[in-house]
Amino acid sequence: MDYINAFWIGGLICAAVQILLDRTKLMPGRVMVLLVCTGAILGAIQIYQPFQEFAGAGASVPLLGFGNLLWKGVKEAVDKEGFIGIFLGGFKASAVGISAALVFSYLASLIFDPKMKK
Amino acid sequence: MVKGIQSIAFEQSPYLISSASVVGKKEGEGPLGKMFDMVEEEDLFGENTWEEAESAMQKEACLLAIGKAHLAPEDIRYLFGGDLLRQGVATSLGVEELGIPMFGLFGACSTSGEALALASMSVAAGYGEYMLAVTSSHFGSAEKEFRFPLGYANQRPLSAQWTVTGSGAFLVGKKRSHVRITGVTVGKIVDYGLKDSQNMGACMAPAACDTIIRNLKDFDRVPEDYNRIITGDLGYVGQSILFDLMRGKEYDIKKNHMDCGMTIFDQQLQDTHAGGSGCGCAATTLSAYILPKLERGEWQRVLFVPTGALMSTVSYNEGASVPGIAHGIVLEHC
Repeated sequence: MDYINAFWIGGLICAAVQILLDRTKLMPGRVMVLLVCTGAILGAIQIYQPFQEFAGAGASVPLLGFGNLLWKGVKEAVDKEGFIGIFLGGFKASAVGISAALVFSYLASLIFDPKMKK
Repeated sequence: MVKGIQSIAFEQSPYLISSASVVGKKEGEGPLGKMFDMVEEEDLFGENTWEEAESAMQKEACLLAIGKAHLAPEDIRYLFGGDLLRQGVATSLGVEELGIPMFGLFGACSTSGEALALASMSVAAGYGEYMLAVTSSHFGSAEKEFRFPLGYANQRPLSAQWTVTGSGAFLVGKKRSHVRITGVTVGKIVDYGLKDSQNMGACMAPAACDTIIRNLKDFDRVPEDYNRIITGDLGYVGQSILFDLMRGKEYDIKKNHMDCGMTIFDQQLQDTHAGGSGCGCAATTLSAYILPKLERGEWQRVLFVPTGALMSTVSYNEGASVPGIAHGIVLEHC
């Protein structure tokens, strides 16, 4: 059941983004920023955590979940270390995700060459 | 010689002696596929980068055009060439081995018109016997230049045009052939304040309208005096805007208008959205499709008016509008 929830919720988020790409003039970069900010806000108003517990990877993998991750990291750091936590927390929480993206994309660029679109 | 406000009518019209078209796989699969001189299945053309591939295409197109006239690069007086990449690097690195004194140009997708205008003006003025005009574009290098590198795998909107991978080279001179360049109308920049770089056709249509009407007025002609009025890459959207703009000025070109971007790809089968674009679009279509019809006498006189969008990635990101330009070349069967 976990897998099914992750699938349809993650799929819904992707579908919503695709509608934005197809129907609006928003550039891809702007859409990604929208996702991250929305995730952070949903995290702040305590909606995202229960959502993620229900949907698992379907909520944590899309960029919406990344926004929530950023929010959580900043909150924990501020609770622990005060004002400086604003600067500390975000990168600490997202370090794994960002490093993984960097390492894997670098490896991919070593193995594969860009190809023409069909 | 000087005609009207922006045009030149050559007293001794130079000849368009030969031309060559080199294209990539997708263009070879299109409606004009069999008409191109060379279709390269590998879009890297044996090179390491898209930019080097574009340079290789230019060199090949030049050599083919020169060879068809049984000449050598040493016989060419001046070369006029340009492309879409910043600092015109595809042209510079493409033609350097030919050793021909050259003028690097930028006219965006109107570069073929600009190069042909300058080449024919130089011949008519007596500055040389043979001049070469060349231009190119490449889908991979253009995407990297203006949008995102192909490796980024972004999605492209339906209003986007498909940059043609192709190079066209044209030999202009005094030697007799069956096509003459009898006049040129040099375009001026026309800017309606549009900022949407995903809708190039709309940005360029005003310039096309301006140059076409200027050509008709300078030469005291009506649209029917041309078998075809051919724009470069207005695409489906830009064409309808052009028709509206022309109708507003009381000119109707619906019956004899043609657009290279709409001709070079099959919109249904090839998923090319709003049509082909890029310097190579007009150049290769001119060489492979339009010139043969003029050579045979199927068409007697056409107005070739490629359009360009004169933006840079910097100007676009800084919120500037996208101005357009269009150069008109009058080609006649003889």
